[in-house]
Amino acid sequence: MDERGEQRPVMPLEVSDLSYVAGGKILLNKLNFRLEGGVRTVILGPNGAGKSLLLRVCHGLLQPGSGNLSWAGRTPSQAGRDLAMVFQRTVLLRRTVSDNIAHTLGIMGVARQERSSRIDTALKEAGLSDLADHPARTLSGGEQQRLSIARARVLRPRVLLLDEPTSNLDPGATAAVEAMIRAADADGTRIIMTTHDILQARRLADEVLFLHKGRLLEHTVASKFFADPDTSEARRFLLGELLE
Amino acid sequence: MSEVFSAVATAVELVVGLDPDLVEIVALSLKVSLSAVLIAAMVGLPLGAAVALVKFPGRRGAVILLNAAMGLPPVVVGLIVYLLLSRSGPLGEMGVLFTPTAMVIAQSILVMPIIAALTRQTISDLHEEYDEYLCSLGAGHLQRISTLLWDGRFRLLTGLLAGFGRASAEVGAVIIVGGNINHVTRVMTTTIALETSKGNLNLALALGIVLIILAASVNAAAVLIGDAASKRYG
Repeated sequence: MDERGEQRPVMPLEVSDLSYVAGGKILLNKLNFRLEGGVRTVILGPNGAGKSLLLRVCHGLLQPGSGNLSWAGRTPSQAGRDLAMVFQRTVLLRRTVSDNIAHTLGIMGVARQERSSRIDTALKEAGLSDLADHPARTLSGGEQQRLSIARARVLRPRVLLLDEPTSNLDPGATAAVEAMIRAADADGTRIIMTTHDILQARRLADEVLFLHKGRLLEHTVASKFFADPDTSEARRFLLGELLE
Repeated sequence: MSEVFSAVATAVELVVGLDPDLVEIVALSLKVSLSAVLIAAMVGLPLGAAVALVKFPGRRGAVILLNAAMGLPPVVVGLIVYLLLSRSGPLGEMGVLFTPTAMVIAQSILVMPIIAALTRQTISDLHEEYDEYLCSLGAGHLQRISTLLWDGRFRLLTGLLAGFGRASAEVGAVIIVGGNINHVTRVMTTTIALETSKGNLNLALALGIVLIILAASVNAAAVLIGDAASKRYG
């Protein structure tokens, strides 16, 4: 939803010949894909496949070595506040829960008189209203991740990029975070997330990007990927085998 | 032995009775050291933050220099400030040698590297932690610096207290540039040195007691602030 509560068109992402090289090693190797429609995209792959790196390049935190990436014809830096990122390791300021959200609103230049109502709404959606005045860094792992998502969503982004948002969380906390992701999706926010948790991918993915050693091996609808993957690497990954 | 006990008893009396000479010396000491910390903070805080955040050629050398400068020998600093402020020195026209101003200058030079180095470390650690988050918001330089300074405020305050501890306990520099003139530039440490050499242990011990209380208070404050911040903000 936009600031007037109206549904916004989902932002398409087009990636062509995208590569990323560091220390002489090719970490992302000529990726080509296009994400369209209001679907939840899950980037799957074993450790070191390049999932988190791809997410950072999509957000603009890292610049690709070559190739193009555009959000509805705009570069990530031009897309600006339409993109929001939630990190695997939560980064919370040494402030209260509500002040963490207030800080984000302040950085983005949201008027002071508007901040209070937006903070209340964000905390309510995250189920953290009762903890508004608590120090953010003393929350449990699940609460911290919910605060991170609430803080990212308070900017009303059109795309929410989530890097392994439930790693190290227990099942209860994972369920609460997944509920927030579904709520954001239902709100018209494009969801792109990484995970190495196959069961989570089955629960959340509408489409899957499967990466291995920096190469995009599969880009397909989730039902097809989980039932009949095209590549032997994906098949072995789904069987729980350790890929080299 | 009884002389020592007698001196201690008299010293306690001087402290408890707020002896005018003692109060005057303590007041001047606090005025000089607090002024020095204030000036050093005005330079050291932005300098430390800049070294932590701005990439420039020779940055590593600057960090090493800042850290090394924390151990500047006070007598050498005193000597250099003396040469600068003496009548024939480049700043001799200011006419501040053997005044509290000269003592503030010397202590500022001693304290500034401590504040700058601790600020750099604090801001650098926080920056490493917050960098991706702030980048993801597209935060500008000023927004970054204000965020880091605010979130590091308790650790920075500890740095200021460390600077104050160094300034208030320092004797070598202030005795050279202040001259230890009675009722003008006599501070706790210089008075202790002088009175001890004269064999007048009463005042020396009384000032020693105040200095120890001050040092203990500063350290206690640093610990309490750190604990409170950690409890309040994690």
